[in-house]
Amino acid sequence: MARTAIEFRNVSKQYANTSQYAVAGVNMRISEGSFITILGTSGSGKTTLLKMVNRIYEATSGEILYFGEHIHNLNLEEYRRKIGYVIQQVGLFPHMTVEENIGTIPQLLKWDTDTIAKRVDALLELVCLSPLDFKKRYPRQLSGGQQQRVGLARAMAADPGIMLMDEPFGAIDAITRQNLQEELIRIQRKLNKTILFVTHDVNEAFKLGEKVVIMHEGTIQQFDTPYGIITKPANGYVARLIETQDIVQRLKVLKAQSVMLPVDPQLSDCAFRVGTEESLHNILTYFLENDQKHVLVEDNRRGIVGKITWEQLKGSTRQGKVLSA
Amino acid sequence: MRKGNRMINESIAYLLLNIDKYYDAVIIHIEISLAAIAVSFMIAVPLGIWCSKNGRISYSVINAFTILRIIPSLAVLVLAMPILGTGFVPALFALTLLAIPPILINTYSGFRNIDPSVLECATGMGMNASRILVGIEIPLAMPLILTGLRTSAAEVIASATLASYIGAGGLGDFIFTGIGMNDVRIVLIGGMSVALLSVLTEISLAAVQHMVTKYQRD
Repeated sequence: MARTAIEFRNVSKQYANTSQYAVAGVNMRISEGSFITILGTSGSGKTTLLKMVNRIYEATSGEILYFGEHIHNLNLEEYRRKIGYVIQQVGLFPHMTVEENIGTIPQLLKWDTDTIAKRVDALLELVCLSPLDFKKRYPRQLSGGQQQRVGLARAMAADPGIMLMDEPFGAIDAITRQNLQEELIRIQRKLNKTILFVTHDVNEAFKLGEKVVIMHEGTIQQFDTPYGIITKPANGYVARLIETQDIVQRLKVLKAQSVMLPVDPQLSDCAFRVGTEESLHNILTYFLENDQKHVLVEDNRRGIVGKITWEQLKGSTRQGKVLSA
Repeated sequence: MRKGNRMINESIAYLLLNIDKYYDAVIIHIEISLAAIAVSFMIAVPLGIWCSKNGRISYSVINAFTILRIIPSLAVLVLAMPILGTGFVPALFALTLLAIPPILINTYSGFRNIDPSVLECATGMGMNASRILVGIEIPLAMPLILTGLRTSAAEVIASATLASYIGAGGLGDFIFTGIGMNDVRIVLIGGMSVALLSVLTEISLAAVQHMVTKYQRD
């Protein structure tokens, strides 16, 4: 069982001069190593929720725990240095080179120069920027996508316990955003970082998050896996939100095992075989590209456990519609 | 042309005859100017920073200094005489008042122009207020602060000429003596020297500014 990295206990936030709560009574546990996306429209409280973790905003009531410790009992600056922080506007220091930007927290932590230099190189490699080309550049000499890569590298410099990301790819063009999303997934798998990622983009939330928190009017509507949310939306709001995601995107989160029909295990069929975890999106692509009517689903011991037909795939998307109506 | 040449030659001849007096005047001129710039810098920069962080009061402070600046330096000099007497101190006082507003306003704008997301990141990364001030805010505001300093320095060096009116000395002595004696040679020595000082100051401050804005260029 993974440790709990962050725990919210009945956390509320009310801004001065407003009668409404931006965040109201949130309870949530986030286990170490998980990639959580927080999805909501603007004004849903998602950013407030995120920024209470590193105390950019202070909770009005309730408690937030970092690996079991009350964050108010921790030294504020030392605590923040353990958190990677990435925001939409990137916020690189314009008067410092890429190298100096990334080295900021290690320098605060008084690492020696050699260690910092090696760390900077390794991080630039990790975010796919060549250290030789980029180390000495200033932020304004980089494109938006490159800046956010550096922002990501800077946030990971001191190997933080958790990462907070506030719509980091929101201001980046669609193609670059897609690349960055894929790289973030790769980096997260590789380093097993705990990530809290705020977004208003349904597709982004479902693509990145192992689990998705859906926020509306300051409260959590649902906290579940993308699959759980799509197949069992907790309420009308969640259902409407999923509706906005197109069918093809929805098929990306649905797995073969969720719709397959039982078959005779002895069946020997020369049909195409897929794993139980294969996304319905890939199976649909297969149907469209090949003139086939069904595929077989096999488990990881290569035993056949079910089959999926073209008819069923149509059914599953319709089922999704029915569920979200 | 020949007349001009002769005048310059005569000026140089006068200069060589009075070289000791000239050196003293140059040194006093530089001393008064430097002191005024240094004192105003030390007042205006902290005040500008404070104003940038205290929105409401900032307008009153900046307006007050801007109004003070409208009063002609000569008037300030004369007004300060009954209280501060004659010589170096009232001259310093008047020139400091003159030099504060450009530095103050530019420091204020320099701090206000910093992208808030940069400061949010710095805070989120675990830098405390003083580290952010020294490591982020001052370096980022520095190009504008230096622009203010250049304006102030040019005004102070030119206005320091007036200091000789209240017995503070400096290159103004040559100009006013020249005017009094209707001797263009002496006016020329004073005037050219003040101009030269201004140009040299401008060049060296521009060089400093060039250095601190390296990151803004490709």
